[in-house]
Amino acid sequence: MTSQVSSPSAEQHNLGEQRNPVKETKRLDRVIIRFAGDSGDGMQLTGDRFTSETASFGNDLSTLPNFPAEIRAPAGTLPGVSSFQLHFADHDILTPGDAPNVLVAMNPAALKANIDDLPRGAEIIVNTDEFTKRAMTKVGYPASPLEDGSLSAYAVHPVPLTTLTVEALKDFDLSRKEAERSKNMFALGLLSWLYHRPTEGTEAFLKKKFAKKPQVAEANVAAFRAGWNFGETTEDFAVSYEIAPASAAFPTGTYRNISGNLALSYGLVAASKQADLPLFLGSYPITPASDILHELSKHKNFGVRTFQAEDEIAGIGAALGAAFGGSLAVTTTSGPGVALKSETIGLAVSLELPLLVIDIQRGGPSTGLPTKTEQADLLQAMYGRNGEAPVPIVAPSTPADCFDAALEAARIALAYRTPVFLLSDGYLANGSEPWRIPDLDDLPDLRVRFATAPNHDGEFWPYLRDPETLARAWAVPGTPGLEHRIGGIEKQDGTGNISYDPANHDLMVRTRQAKIDGVTVPDVTVDDPSGEARTLVIGWGSTYGPITAAVRRIRGSGGRVAQAHLRHLNPFPRNLGEVLGRYNKVVVSEMNLGQLAHLLRAKYLVDARSYTQVTGLPFKAEQLATAIQEESADV
Amino acid sequence: MSEAPAIDQPEPGPLLPEGGQGGRLPALSLVPKADAKQSMKDFKSDQEVRWCPGCGDYAILAAVQGFMPELGLARENVVFISGIGCSSRFPYYMNTYGMHSIHGRAPAIATGLATSRRDLSVWVVTGDGDALSIGGNHLIHALRRNVNLKILLFNNRIYGLTKGQYSPTSEVGKITKSTPMGSLDAPFNPVSLAIGAEASFVARTIDSDRKHLTQVLREAAAHPGTALVEIYQNCNIFNDGAFDALKDNATAEEALIRLEHGQPIRFGADASKGVVRDPATGDLKVVAVTPENEGSVLVHDAHATSPTTAFALSRLADPDTLHHTPIGVLRSVERPVYDTEMSEQLETAVEQHGKGDLGALLNGNDTWTVL
Repeated sequence: MTSQVSSPSAEQHNLGEQRNPVKETKRLDRVIIRFAGDSGDGMQLTGDRFTSETASFGNDLSTLPNFPAEIRAPAGTLPGVSSFQLHFADHDILTPGDAPNVLVAMNPAALKANIDDLPRGAEIIVNTDEFTKRAMTKVGYPASPLEDGSLSAYAVHPVPLTTLTVEALKDFDLSRKEAERSKNMFALGLLSWLYHRPTEGTEAFLKKKFAKKPQVAEANVAAFRAGWNFGETTEDFAVSYEIAPASAAFPTGTYRNISGNLALSYGLVAASKQADLPLFLGSYPITPASDILHELSKHKNFGVRTFQAEDEIAGIGAALGAAFGGSLAVTTTSGPGVALKSETIGLAVSLELPLLVIDIQRGGPSTGLPTKTEQADLLQAMYGRNGEAPVPIVAPSTPADCFDAALEAARIALAYRTPVFLLSDGYLANGSEPWRIPDLDDLPDLRVRFATAPNHDGEFWPYLRDPETLARAWAVPGTPGLEHRIGGIEKQDGTGNISYDPANHDLMVRTRQAKIDGVTVPDVTVDDPSGEARTLVIGWGSTYGPITAAVRRIRGSGGRVAQAHLRHLNPFPRNLGEVLGRYNKVVVSEMNLGQLAHLLRAKYLVDARSYTQVTGLPFKAEQLATAIQEESADV
Repeated sequence: MSEAPAIDQPEPGPLLPEGGQGGRLPALSLVPKADAKQSMKDFKSDQEVRWCPGCGDYAILAAVQGFMPELGLARENVVFISGIGCSSRFPYYMNTYGMHSIHGRAPAIATGLATSRRDLSVWVVTGDGDALSIGGNHLIHALRRNVNLKILLFNNRIYGLTKGQYSPTSEVGKITKSTPMGSLDAPFNPVSLAIGAEASFVARTIDSDRKHLTQVLREAAAHPGTALVEIYQNCNIFNDGAFDALKDNATAEEALIRLEHGQPIRFGADASKGVVRDPATGDLKVVAVTPENEGSVLVHDAHATSPTTAFALSRLADPDTLHHTPIGVLRSVERPVYDTEMSEQLETAVEQHGKGDLGALLNGNDTWTVL
C-alpha cells in the first residue's frame, strides 16, 4: 500500500467517510497513547497496528513496547502487564514520550501498573467488563477505582469492551471465549476513530494474517469496525482529534515505518549486496536479538545462509568459519551471549578476519531483564577478552539508524579484517519510527579485494599488511598457490607462522592495536545553535532521542547547552578530545553506571559528569532536561 | 552476490578405487580436481613438525599426507581445521588451507565453512579432550546435523599438551597429576557416543596400522555427511603403551575385532572366536566358534538402517583391558546432508520468490511519499 502525504486532507479510510457531522473535531499537535493489558491480550499487535496506521497517515512517531519476559505471565497480575506506547505528532519528535495523554487499560492490573505515569487530566479508556471484584482484589484494589473517586483527576471513559465485542460478533460461529479475543481489535477501532486514523491497512493486515482462517479474519475486522462505529455513535466520546501529518518534518522521499531489528536485518542484507559477498548468520536464539535471526531466515533468495547453532559459541564459531571462506559473516546475540562468545572474538582478532558481532543489549548482569533495555555492555565490548584484543565498536542512535550502522560496521570489518561490535539495545530493537527508504545508488561500496597471487618473493604471506589500513591479505580457500595456515597462537609478522619470539609478540600486539586505532571514522559533530554553550551533553547509542529532546526543552526555555552524540565508541572520532576541551562542563548520559564517562575520563582526562539510569526503560526527556540543567547550573 | 564457484561435475566412475586417482565421490562431487597427479610431498608444508619424538601423531600425519593424493582434489580446496591440543597442531603441517582454532570449537567453525563453501573438502582434527570434553556439545551437534565434514579424533586417553591430566576417555582409577588417588569418572566410548548422536559414519582405527588407517580414511572421505574416525594414538610421554593390547602380536589377535562389511565377525587365532547375538537378551557376545554355532555368527552390516547393532558392537570393548575392541567402519549410512539441504533451500527460495531484489525488500508493502 502506498499513500501520498502532501496535506492533512489526504485521508484514505473508508470508515471516515461516514463520520458524524455533529461531533466536534479538535486539532492537536501531538499525542502519547499507551495500550496496556495482559500479556495475552494482544497489546503489542494492537500497538503495532495503530503505529502502522499512524505511519501511513504521515505523522512523525516513536514507539516503546514494554512487555514481561514470560510468554503468558499469570493473567491479571501486575508483572503480567504488557504495554505499548506510541508518540505521534505533526512535527519532528524524538522519543516515545514521557507521560501518556491516553491510557487504554484492558483490566485492573493494566490500570494499576500504569496510573502513576499519567499526568492529571489524562484520558483513560477502561474495559469495565474486567473490573470484577476478584480481578480487582488480585491487584490490591479494595474498592473499584472506577467508583471510589480515586480517578477524579482523569477523564475516564468506562467502556464494556468485552461485552461490546461479543455482541458485535454474535452472528459469527464463535464461542464466547473466541469472540472475546477480538476485544483488542475493538479497542483499536475505537482509538482509530478517536484519532482519525486510516483503517484500510489494518483490515488488509487482518485478512492476510488470518488468511487460513477466514472466519477469524472476518470476526476481527468486524470487531475493529464495531469499535470505530462505537466511537462514532456513543455519547461518551463527544470529541475526536486530528493530528496533521508532519509534512514539514520530513525531507521528500518515500517512507515506511521500521523497527530497529528490522532495519538492522535489512542493513545486513544491503551490506552483503554492497560487498558482493554472501551473508552468513550464525546465531543462537536470545531475547531481544532473535528477531534478526527470524528476519534473515526469510531472505534465502538473497543467498543469505542462517544457521541456528547449538549454542552461542557455535553461532559465532560457524560465522568465523564462514568468514574464513569469504562470506560476510555475522553473529547476533545479547549480553549473556557476548560473554560466551568472547574467546572466539579473541580468535577473530588474532586471525584478523571480518566478523560482525551484533549485541542487542538488555538489562544485566546475568539473565537480568531480558525484555528491557540497557547500555551496560559497552565495557564488555571494549575490554571483555583475554589479552590485548581491540575491537571497533559502532552504535546506532535510533531504530532506523540501525540500517546505516550495520553498513558502517560491515565497512570497518571488511576494510580492516577485524571483528566489529555493533551495540544496539532492546529499546532500539523493538521501537520503531518512520524511515526514509534510501536510494540504492547512495549505499556505500563495500567490495573487498581477495588476495589472488603471491605477495612476497613468489610466496604468499597472510600477515603482510596494507601500509595504509594495516589490514592483512585475505586469501580464501580455493585460491591456488595461496594455501596457508592461520591460528590463535601468536604469529610471526608477515609469514603468519607460529612465533614465540618476545620482540615479535610485542610488535604484533602493538600492530593489532594500531590497526584499530587507525580505523577512519567521521568526526563527531556538535550541535550548539547559540555557539555560546559552556556545557556539553554527550551520549551514545539509543539515548540520542531522549537527550536531543531534553536539549530542545532546555533551549526552548532559554538555556544554552551543546550536544554531541557518538556513533563510534572505538576508536573515538579524532576530534573528540578537542571537542570535550571546549566546554567547561561535560555531562555524559547513559543507561548504565557511567561506562562511557569512564572511557572519556581515562582517555581525555576530562572531568566528565555522569547522569545515568538503569530502570530497563529509556530516559524521559523532562527528567533528563532537569538533570542537565542542574549539572550546568554553576558553570 | 557470489555463490560458490560453479564446478564441472566429474565423470561418473568407480567409487574411489584403491590407490587410484579421483573416482566418483558423492561427498566431494563439488570439489575441483587437481590438474596433475599429486604425491605425498605436495601435502607437506614447510613447517617443522614439533610433536615429541615417537608420538603417534607422526604416523597419522604420514598416513593422511600419503592418502590425500589418492583423492586427487585441488589442494587449494582442501581445508584442515583443528581445536587445541597436541593433535590440533596438525593443520600447520598440511600444505593446504588450515585453521588452528580454539579449544573444542573446530566442529562449529568447520560447520560454518563447509555449509557456506560446498566446493571445499573440510577436515577436522581433534583429540579426546578437545572433542569430548570442552567441545562435546559441538561434536554431537555436528554429527546429528550431518554436515559434510570428516572428523579425525585422535584418542590417546590423556591430556598431553597440558602435561598429563586424565581425559574423558581415560579408564577409571587413572593415576595422573590431577588424580593422584585415581580418577573417579567413567570414560566415554567415542564410538558409542557418536552412534548415539545420530552419526551417519563412525569408524575406529589405530595409528600404527597404516594400511587399516588409510582404508578407513578412504571410506570416510567417500561418505556424504559427517564422518567420525576415532584413531587410537599413542602418547609416548604421558600414556605410553595405552593401546599395546591391540598392537602386540601376542595379544592383538585375541583383543582386536576387525570389522568388514558383509563378513562374519570372527577374530582370534584361526578366527576361533565370533560375535553372536544372545537370544535371551538381544545383546551381542563373544563365543568360541564351533561347527554348530558357526552359522549364527553375526555378519557385519555397516549399512544397517538401525544403529542398534553398531552400538552393541561398540560396547563389546572392555574399557580397561581393551579386549574385544572392534576396529573398522562400524556404521556408514546415507541420510540427508545438512549443507546440501541448506543450499537446496536457497535455490528453492529463488525459484519461489525470484532472486532477491534489495530495492523491493527495503520498500516493503506499506510506504508513503512525502512530496
